[in-house]
Amino acid sequence: MNLILFLIRKLTETEVWKSVFRHGYTDTPRNRALQTISNVWLHLHPVKVPKHAVKIRYTWCLGGLTFFIFLYLTVTGVLLMFYYVPDVNRAYADMIDLMYVVPLGRLLRTSHRWAGHAMVITVCFHMLRVFLTGSYKAPRQFNWVLGVLLLVLTFLLSFTGYLLPWDQLGYWAIMVGTNMGAATPVMGYQGPFADLLGVKINNDVRFALLGGTQIDAPSLLRAYVWHCIGIPIIAGALMILHFWRVRKDGGISGPL
Amino acid sequence: MSNHAEAQVANNKKTEKVFSWPNLVAKEFIAAILCTVILLVYSYYVDAPLRELANPGEPENPAKAPWYFLGLQEILVYFDPWIAGVIVPSIILVGLMAIPYIDVNPKGNGGYCFRDRRFAITVFLFGFIFWYALIVVGTYMRGPFWSFFWPWETWSFDFPTPPPSVSLPNWLGIPALLIYFGLGMLVPAVAFWKFAKQLGFIRYNITMMLLLLMLGMLIKMALRLMFNVKYVLQTPWFNI
Ligand code: HEM
Repeated sequence: MNLILFLIRKLTETEVWKSVFRHGYTDTPRNRALQTISNVWLHLHPVKVPKHAVKIRYTWCLGGLTFFIFLYLTVTGVLLMFYYVPDVNRAYADMIDLMYVVPLGRLLRTSHRWAGHAMVITVCFHMLRVFLTGSYKAPRQFNWVLGVLLLVLTFLLSFTGYLLPWDQLGYWAIMVGTNMGAATPVMGYQGPFADLLGVKINNDVRFALLGGTQIDAPSLLRAYVWHCIGIPIIAGALMILHFWRVRKDGGISGPL
Repeated sequence: MSNHAEAQVANNKKTEKVFSWPNLVAKEFIAAILCTVILLVYSYYVDAPLRELANPGEPENPAKAPWYFLGLQEILVYFDPWIAGVIVPSIILVGLMAIPYIDVNPKGNGGYCFRDRRFAITVFLFGFIFWYALIVVGTYMRGPFWSFFWPWETWSFDFPTPPPSVSLPNWLGIPALLIYFGLGMLVPAVAFWKFAKQLGFIRYNITMMLLLLMLGMLIKMALRLMFNVKYVLQTPWFNI
C-alpha cells in the first residue's frame, strides 16, 4: 500500500506529469476551481454555479443530454461512415452487412438510429423546460431564438438520415416530406403562385433538395452530405454559440 | 415541480453558490452514463427498422413521414399541402422565435410557477400537446390511404367511401373569416384591456394573430370532422 502511494507520488512529481496536469488533486477550493478552468472540456462551466441550478429538478439535464446525444451520434456516425457508401447500388447492402456481418455493426447502427430519435425527444423537452422556467425572458431572448434554430436543425439532421438506408421506409418518408416542398408558395412547382417566377418541376425547391425530379442517386448523395457534413457543422457552430450565450447572459437562469 | 412558495424560498438564497467540480460535473457524468446505458440496452433488444430495398414502383401504403413530422402530415387531411407542409411549420417557427419578444411579463423567470404566467403557459402547453396529439393520431391511427383506424382495429383496404365534402361558399366563408379574426382581435382587447395595454399595440396584434391562427386550425378541423367542410375560402389561386 505504502509502495503504491509512494509510486503515485513519484509519478505525479515528474516533469511529464506536471506538464500535462497543471494542478494537484488535494481537495482545496483552489484545486476545485482549477479543475474546471484548466480543463478544456470542463471550462464550458463556470467555476461556481448557483445552488438551485445543480438540482436535477431544475434543468432535468435536458440541454446537456441533448448535447451528449449529439456527441454520441457523432462518434457512432463516423464509425458508420467506415462501412456505408451513399451509392444506390450499395447503400442497402451496406445496411444488411452492418446488421449481419460487421462486428457490433447491429448495435452500432441501431443505437445510432435510436439516439437520433432520442435527441429529437430531449430537444423538444429541453425547450419545454426552458419555457416553463421562463428562461427565455430578458436577457436570454436571443438564446431562445438560437435554440429554435437548433430545434429545426435537429429535425433536419434526423430527416436527412432517414433516406440513407435506401429502404422502403426511408424512401417513401422522404417522398412525403419533399412533396410538401413542392407545394411551397411561389417556389414549389405545385404551390400557389408557382407561375409567378416560372417555377417548374425541374427548377423548384423540391428539385434543389432532391437533385432531380425524383428521388434517385443524386438525392441519396445530397441527403448524405447534408447529414454527415453540412448540418452537423452548422448545428455544431450554433451549439457553441448557444453555450457561450448561456454564460454571457449571466449563467443559467434562476429566481431573480 | 417546485411551486410558487418554493420559488420564493429559492429567491432568498439565490446568491448561494457551489463549485461546479464536483457538484455539477458529477451529475452530468452520471446522466451521460445512464443515457448511454439505456441507449445501448434498448438498442440491444430492439432492432432499428429496415424494410425492403427502396422501390420507386411500389409505394408504401400508408407512406408516413418520420414520426416527428406526422403532426404536419396529419393536418394534410384538413389543409392543402402548401398550408400543412409549408405555412404551418413556418408560422410555428416564427411564432416560437417571437415568444421572448412578445411575452413582456417579467415574472416567472427562473422557476416553475404557473400562477404568474397563466396565459403564456396555457397557450404554450396547449400548442405543445396539440403537436404531440396529432403525432399520436398520425402514428397509431392512420392506415392505408391515410384512413382512420383505432389502434385496436386491424387495417383493412375496404372502408366506407368518405361522405362527399362541401366547401363554404365565399359569401359565407369570407364574412365568417372576417368576423372570426375581427372579433378575435377586438373582443380580448376590450375584455382584457389591462393585458392588451401592457403588451402594446404591435405585440398584442402579433400575439393574438398567432393565437387565432392556432385556434383557427382547430376550428377548421372541427368543421371538417363534423360538417365535412372542405374549404372556407376559395380563390382562383389557392383555397383555405
Ligand atoms: C441541439 C439542441 C440544443 C442543445 C444541445 C442545447 C443545450 C443547452 C444546454 C446544455 C443548456 C444549459 C442548461 C440546460 O442544460 O438546460 C441550454 C440552455 C438554454 N437553452 Fe438550449 N439546447 C438546445 C436547443 C434549445 C432549444 C430548442 C431551445 C428553445 C427553443 C433552447 C433554449 C435555451 C435557453 C433559453 C437556455 C438558457 C436557459 C437558462 O438559462 O435557464 N435550447 N441549452
